[in-house]
Amino acid sequence: MEKIYSRPRSLRENPTHYCPGCGHGIAHKLVAQVVDELDIREKVIAIAPVGCAVIAYDYWDFDCSEAAHGRALAVATAIKRLRPENVVFTYQGDGDLAAIGTNETIHAANRGENLTVIFINNAVYGMTGGQMAPTTLLGQKTATTPRGRVAQEGLPLKISELLAGLGGVKYVERVSMHAPAEVLKAKRALTQAFQNQIDGVGFSLVEILSPCPTYWGKSPQKSAEWIRDVMIKEFPLGRIK
Amino acid sequence: MAKITVDTQNCKGCLLCVAACPRGLIKKDERLNKKGFNPVKCVDAAQCSGCCLCAVICPDCCIEVYKENT
Amino acid sequence: MSARGNGHAKILMTGNEAIAEGAIRAGCRFYAGYPITPQNELTAYMARHMPQEGRVFIQAESELAAVNMVFGASATGVRAMTSSSSPGISLKQEGISYLAGCRLPAVIVNIMRGGPGLGNIAPSQADYFQATKGGGHGDYHSIVLAPASVEEAYRTMFDAFDLADTYRTPVMVLGDGMLGQMMEPLILEKGPVRQHAKTWALTGCRGRKPNIVRSLFLKEGVLEALNLQLQKKYKAIQQKEQRWEELLVEDASVILVAYGGMARIVKEAVRGLRAGHKKIGFIRPISLWPFPVKAFRRPGKKSVKYLVVEMSYGQMVEDVRLAVECRAPVEFFGRSGGGIPTEEEILKKLHTMS
Repeated sequence: MEKIYSRPRSLRENPTHYCPGCGHGIAHKLVAQVVDELDIREKVIAIAPVGCAVIAYDYWDFDCSEAAHGRALAVATAIKRLRPENVVFTYQGDGDLAAIGTNETIHAANRGENLTVIFINNAVYGMTGGQMAPTTLLGQKTATTPRGRVAQEGLPLKISELLAGLGGVKYVERVSMHAPAEVLKAKRALTQAFQNQIDGVGFSLVEILSPCPTYWGKSPQKSAEWIRDVMIKEFPLGRIK
Repeated sequence: MAKITVDTQNCKGCLLCVAACPRGLIKKDERLNKKGFNPVKCVDAAQCSGCCLCAVICPDCCIEVYKENT
Repeated sequence: MSARGNGHAKILMTGNEAIAEGAIRAGCRFYAGYPITPQNELTAYMARHMPQEGRVFIQAESELAAVNMVFGASATGVRAMTSSSSPGISLKQEGISYLAGCRLPAVIVNIMRGGPGLGNIAPSQADYFQATKGGGHGDYHSIVLAPASVEEAYRTMFDAFDLADTYRTPVMVLGDGMLGQMMEPLILEKGPVRQHAKTWALTGCRGRKPNIVRSLFLKEGVLEALNLQLQKKYKAIQQKEQRWEELLVEDASVILVAYGGMARIVKEAVRGLRAGHKKIGFIRPISLWPFPVKAFRRPGKKSVKYLVVEMSYGQMVEDVRLAVECRAPVEFFGRSGGGIPTEEEILKKLHTMS
């Protein structure tokens, strides 16, 4: 029999440190698959975030840099400007991209940097113990919104819609990982976002709704259902730009 | 003819593949692995169509899928 | 031939412009900055001339973004630089700590102004502690160089980039608003530009294993081992890279100590005193870290006193005291917040010491 699905070349053998059912594992695999399929492993330079995916470079088998919390797009901007022949992407969580790094995010987008941005939205800070994220839903309980988030603590920040309004931004799509069919759609969106960079199209961002079973206090399957039934209402899927 | 193999030592027992399998062929294994998780196993290999949905959703790249070359 | 001087004839430039020109000639391939007085001429000069040379200039959205762009640029193996003034340099401390942690070379220019807080835009030397003692979080040092003239500021850039590459470390060029703003004639002589192999750079992993730029080491013992390597590097820098200027110290009974723009006023005072047959000497630390302790440890030298003069209320004086190891009295005179110690004030202080 022929092997038709296995670990992509760009994903190292190391088991990840992620919790059972965590979306990062799926997202890492998708990135590695797309990198393999586009045959760009030797050209890629990745920027890892601060957050649960801080050691993404232990899992991907290509050049990678860390960045201070929120600064990934400043780091990526310089790398891409100096090395346009490389394919440069950032992989950032909601706290990194949409709270502490909002300034770097908006300005890199507004400059229309020819970069690929992978934005993992799991509505919570995972690494630090489940605190409120900019994307936390109203009513969602976290370590720092123990009674559920209220409007005064901020409405769920729709950074993708916000970025789509900027002239420098060429492609924005929101996808999810709550079911295999959605994962396949996410992969198509990632392929588009990388292809855009290769074609010189410009700033491309894929927002991925990603489960955090541990800090949502739900089983992996219930987490998937929560994305499907609740989170998508706040963060509708599909092409935004 | 198709089949899956599960890397039972690295499986974290999240069971997303159990829900993903359209034929309900994947089940939790009651034996614990070295990490203390209950991995999954395919309970009826003869029924596997090689659709890959279990592998697609697996966050830990623990499932490989094989299919007869037709 | 460059439109900006042919390397033979004297031209007139501000310190800020000379630093920018020095950086370009030293092979700076990437510059990112954010406006702040009194270093704006530097950024504007880079905006005009970097693209002409096929290099990258970016006006960043903040000092934080600028220093993190420099981090990215340096990670690709090119010479990269940012500049700012005191409040902006405080913001850059995050990036400087990461540069040190990731062992990335970079040059950061601080044209100091009055502080704390927003302070004012007058010349100041009040960022000495921040520059020489680390500045950001963690156990690290930046090499700190303090030129005292426009011409020296230009030349310092060759040294700064070379030290950064040699030791894979951030290097700070510490000037003040006076140095940045004043114009002086200089000859734009080409300094030495050594090529450094950067096998660690991020270029895409074609034909090699992936390179990783990181400062995070969670596994027990790893960070400690790396920090010990850093300390070993700092020891080597302290042994090899002390730089200072000295004048008439051999027979001096009092040695005046000052750096940067302040040293020019002090040097003039020393010349005047010598003309009056007073036995006064002069030491100007050029590398502030590593501090030139060798200049202060002279076997057989007896009964000398030191007077440290700064545009601060006493920062470098602590390093002079450490260098002197209580073998001689160390006095201090300084002003900050806009006041620059005058020759008269220095002489008056000197008078109280005799």
